[in-house]
Amino acid sequence: MQRDITNNEIIKLETLIPGFDHISNGGLPLNRTTLVAGSAGSAKTVFAAQFLAAGIITNTASGVFVTFEESVDDIRRNMKGFGWEIEKWEKENKWAFVDASPEPHESSIVAGEYDLGALLARIENAITKVKATRLSLDSLGAIFTQFSDSAIIRRELFRISVALKKMGVTAVLTAERTQEYGEIARYGVEEFVADNVVILRNILEDEKRRRTIEILKYRGTSHQKGEFPFTVTPEKGVIIIPLSAIELKQKSSNLRISSGSTELDKMCGGGFFRDSVILVSGATGTGKTLMATEFMAGAAAGNERCLLFAFEESREQLFRNATGWGIDFEKLENEGTLKVVCEYPEVAGLEDHLIEIKQVIEEFRPTRVAIDSLSALERVSTIKGFREFIIGVTSFIKQKEIAGLFTSTTSTLMGGSSITEGHISTITDSIILLRYVETFGEMRRGLTVLKMRGSMHDKDIREFTIDNNGMHIGKPFRDVTGIISGNPQKIQKGDFDRLDNLFDE
Amino acid sequence: MKKYLLKLYVTGKTPRSEKAIINLKRICRDYLNEEYELQVIDVIENPQYAEEDKILATPTLIRVLPPPIRRIIGDLSEKDKVLIGLDLEKMLHS
Repeated sequence: MQRDITNNEIIKLETLIPGFDHISNGGLPLNRTTLVAGSAGSAKTVFAAQFLAAGIITNTASGVFVTFEESVDDIRRNMKGFGWEIEKWEKENKWAFVDASPEPHESSIVAGEYDLGALLARIENAITKVKATRLSLDSLGAIFTQFSDSAIIRRELFRISVALKKMGVTAVLTAERTQEYGEIARYGVEEFVADNVVILRNILEDEKRRRTIEILKYRGTSHQKGEFPFTVTPEKGVIIIPLSAIELKQKSSNLRISSGSTELDKMCGGGFFRDSVILVSGATGTGKTLMATEFMAGAAAGNERCLLFAFEESREQLFRNATGWGIDFEKLENEGTLKVVCEYPEVAGLEDHLIEIKQVIEEFRPTRVAIDSLSALERVSTIKGFREFIIGVTSFIKQKEIAGLFTSTTSTLMGGSSITEGHISTITDSIILLRYVETFGEMRRGLTVLKMRGSMHDKDIREFTIDNNGMHIGKPFRDVTGIISGNPQKIQKGDFDRLDNLFDE
Repeated sequence: MKKYLLKLYVTGKTPRSEKAIINLKRICRDYLNEEYELQVIDVIENPQYAEEDKILATPTLIRVLPPPIRRIIGDLSEKDKVLIGLDLEKMLHS
């Protein structure tokens, strides 16, 4: 919390909700009320509770939760899943409820003028009791259904927000929306808390759910613009992925590391750079998983730690394959130099995968990471979500100065490119293409280093073979053309000589 | 024990609070004879009672006895509605 009263600047309160302080350029406006609007199931209540929980966990603030909708018992129980021990906090005077949820069995009759003086008195009492500086009110729509005269409710809510400001409380009010893109909230609630509006969305796109958060306005202070993806995890609650916070600041190293294959190292001008991102692209069965496996083995040889995320094959399959190429994954794992994480892409959303990948990297601290394959992950996401994922992963591993090798499957057997490459090719430092080459009724494999940022590299398309010792790179295909475009053709001897002499004077 | 137990929640000594108290006392005198007990609770002085009874609006009148519990919101200036709320509608035209 910073204080700077002199020039009337708006001060922000760090919410400590992961990512939120980034996209809001510092947090929620201090001593003000922010409207958090969202459709059903957009995680409004979680956000509201997390705002208080974050203050309590970090020992920086106690909080008051005013509920108009769910019962106090339900909230205590539902939030336990995130590890928030509300009941314990209540006993320690760090959390207080104001229960304004409707009583199902009691009806009330209106006979004359009224205001919400009792609610205000109860809120003030709760704030004083736990010395709260944070308050959440969830959710406004429910109070409009309890009282029929919405003009009175609007006026009274405004009075409450003024009182909160006087008491030095930063507040989050949630409100429901009927559409993802449309009016800010029902009952015109934004009219009395119009200064700050945050919108939570839960959009259905291509049969996939995608959560985003957007700061619509912050009167008198800056914030990041646009929608940011977020996810709700059982351990941490709301986690926002702040793409705009990524900076192109990573250091660049001249240190080379082995790809696991001496021949490939030679083609790359002496190996991959230590903190580079390498994309291996090829059709199914061209040897992408093999390259990832050798990349891992190359790390172990240099006493590095390496991490493999496999989204296509099971552990057993991977280990059996590696053994087939002369690499003992089991031994490497036992020695602690390798960690293999296998998961089916469909088990979680892409945002959750990203958070898990980051978490495992933080814990294991590898020097190289392989993901096999990006194309499998593409299945569970929208194009936009996938692009954000790629940017998130690559920027993270670059920040950590880790080498990353990603594989990508092309949709056609011969030549072709995948959607993945379109998103990732500009971010990657090196691209290696694996291609089938059909000659005289035989399928052979070709490999070329298409791009190697910051280094000379071999421009040939070389033939490679796979046996029980792994990959062997051989001679260039001198007599075949059109491999990369997926249309290999044998060149006649005469043509070949002519090409050779093309630039001779 | 009286037949009627009434609780009236008000906020401080505002004109609206005074009005509600006067209106309620008049109704009690005219319709409940001596068979009632009335408690006036100021939510600013005793917010914990408002918490227990989950009061949001003031003034709020609660008929605790006889059961079932009834809530009447407002300054009680609409006498007919108050009588309906207290199950005294038969008194309306008598």
